[in-house]
Amino acid sequence: MLHSLRQLLRHRALVQSLVARELKARYRGSVLGVMWSFVNPLLLLSIYTFVFTKVMPGARSAGLEPSQFSLFMFCGILPWTWFSSSLLEAANALIAGGNLIRKVLFPAEVLPIVSVFAGLVHFCLGLPILAAFFLYLRAPVTPSDLVWLPLVVFDQLMLTLGLALIVSSLTVHFRDLRDLLANLLTLGFFITPIIYPLAQAPAWAQPLLNLNPVTHLVVSYQEVLFVPGPYAGWPRLVVLAAVSVLVFFVGYFVFDRLRETLAEEA
Amino acid sequence: MNTIEVHDVRKTYRRHGRRRSFGTLKSAFLSGRGRVVQPDVTFEALKGVSFEVGAGKTFGIIGRNGSGKSTMLKLIAGIAKPTSGSLSVRGRVSALIELGAGFHPEISGRDNVFINGMMLGLSKRQIADRFDEIVAFAELQEFIDEPVKTYSSGMYMRLGFSVAINVDPDVLLVDEVLAVGDEGFTHRCLDKFADFRRRGRTVLLVTHSLDLVSRLCDDALWLDHGRVRDHGDPRRVIDAYLMDVAAAENRALSVARDSVSVEAMTLDAPDMSNAAEGRWGSREAEILAVEFARNDGTTSHVFESGEHVAIQMRVRAHRPLQDFVFGVGLFSADGVCCYGTNTDIEGAQPAEFSGDGQVTFIIESLCVVAGTYKIDVAVHRRNGVPYDYHRQLYTIRVTSKVNDIGLVRPPHRWTFSSGIRISGL
Repeated sequence: MLHSLRQLLRHRALVQSLVARELKARYRGSVLGVMWSFVNPLLLLSIYTFVFTKVMPGARSAGLEPSQFSLFMFCGILPWTWFSSSLLEAANALIAGGNLIRKVLFPAEVLPIVSVFAGLVHFCLGLPILAAFFLYLRAPVTPSDLVWLPLVVFDQLMLTLGLALIVSSLTVHFRDLRDLLANLLTLGFFITPIIYPLAQAPAWAQPLLNLNPVTHLVVSYQEVLFVPGPYAGWPRLVVLAAVSVLVFFVGYFVFDRLRETLAEEA
Repeated sequence: MNTIEVHDVRKTYRRHGRRRSFGTLKSAFLSGRGRVVQPDVTFEALKGVSFEVGAGKTFGIIGRNGSGKSTMLKLIAGIAKPTSGSLSVRGRVSALIELGAGFHPEISGRDNVFINGMMLGLSKRQIADRFDEIVAFAELQEFIDEPVKTYSSGMYMRLGFSVAINVDPDVLLVDEVLAVGDEGFTHRCLDKFADFRRRGRTVLLVTHSLDLVSRLCDDALWLDHGRVRDHGDPRRVIDAYLMDVAAAENRALSVARDSVSVEAMTLDAPDMSNAAEGRWGSREAEILAVEFARNDGTTSHVFESGEHVAIQMRVRAHRPLQDFVFGVGLFSADGVCCYGTNTDIEGAQPAEFSGDGQVTFIIESLCVVAGTYKIDVAVHRRNGVPYDYHRQLYTIRVTSKVNDIGLVRPPHRWTFSSGIRISGL
């Protein structure tokens, strides 16, 4: 496994080029091109804002202004989109790239990893929009909190990579997983405090929500970006970092274990 | 020193069926080498193959479809791992197995060259250095910035080939890919292989083009149902392979022959312009077996052009016959009659044919050009009504060192007057 990891490090440039290709290819032929990276989260945000301020105003958190509530949701939707789209794409990555794996000596893990990094790029493209919203709404930002943002992103990257490796290699053997995953992610969206603050969830549900690692991720994003005042949640982040790195290694181990079967089954 | 060493390699695949490849998640995680697989759900693609390829050699692997050639290549390329046995390859390997695998249709040829090159193990700088050469070799200078989806399949393959061959590997694995381009491109590919050999690189060629193997390879390996059938001098291995193919064809034809309904065919007079295979006749007399023999009496299906060939027929008359004619016909692969004769045409008077016997038709010199030929043999009445007519049921292959054309090769020689100096004839 260490040998494989070293190999992977040698393929950095390939991952980089494939991510660039992924982004280039995705928007080739569309009118708005790379603008879709901005438009997509904007549209999603408008829909949620409309639903929670106009359609079901009661469902919105009592303490927050409508504009603030949009901002709050945006802080969660952005990382969630990265998380879910990466996993969905990773689930398909090995099957779509089957020709490569079966016919070319090629490190198969590159494919799901590329899905995750492509998601990261989209996430980063969404950050300026978030910043623009903060400026437009004159929301208070604590600049010293922002130094924690890279660690949150790192946690999410590791966690997503680990899960993507597991999902992609297992999907090759159990194709049903792709469909199952889409439904699990829909469920995941609601058991993660994205469109509601964690504190607002019923007391009995909070321990359950806390079992979901993505809860801690999203809450960290919200605390770092949205919640005013100095950030004090860093112990959570450090624990999460340890868990995420562990998930990554477990994911890599599973992938490495199934590697030989991939060339036959993909 | 050997570049490739393969020792007792086996490869077992699981059969795909309704059965899941893994029974449970648990077995999926516990899977690995040494797991026990049930023979009824497995397929042995390679059953203990051993061979060695010396450095700088061009090595050909031939065999029928499904004989394990491509599996062997994948193992050498490292794409798949052998189930048991050992395999070692020295140096960087580039496999021309699937050309352009991993090309993305939406992005330009230029970007695809870079990504494909990196997949094959080159660094960005190395690709940049070789970029012009790659594009020039594929003859795509004008189109290199167009998205690959606009390429014709030939352009796509040429670009894939060009990238793979410019990886400049120590060991080049080629799986039946020379059919991708036009004549000109094929020639340049062959030049590239020749260049590889000059620089002491090893080439492993898997192909159905036996001609290519005999022209290019130093050594040939014949795989048959996952086992090595023969290994050594390409011409000898190819001859043995061709004989086996012909024998298999004959076996297949003899099965078809037996299923021909005699009653239905009895009244059909054989029509020489109709090239369909088959067997007709009343079977009052029968041709039981046909063999082709060399001058030394050994039977074969492969003959050198100009060689002595004896067509030996074992015949039997079920009742004494006074009216009988033996005939022989030779047809080219596309059904053109090269030669036909019978005892009646040649003026023989039949007298008595009873019981078992042997008829031998001796061709002193088989004066036809290289190719596959079908043979007719028959015994019939003088008015043409057949006792037993075997229409193109036998196949022989004629080889030649000279690639002359046409059908027949009349015995010939050249002479030149004193003003013309020429050698090699």
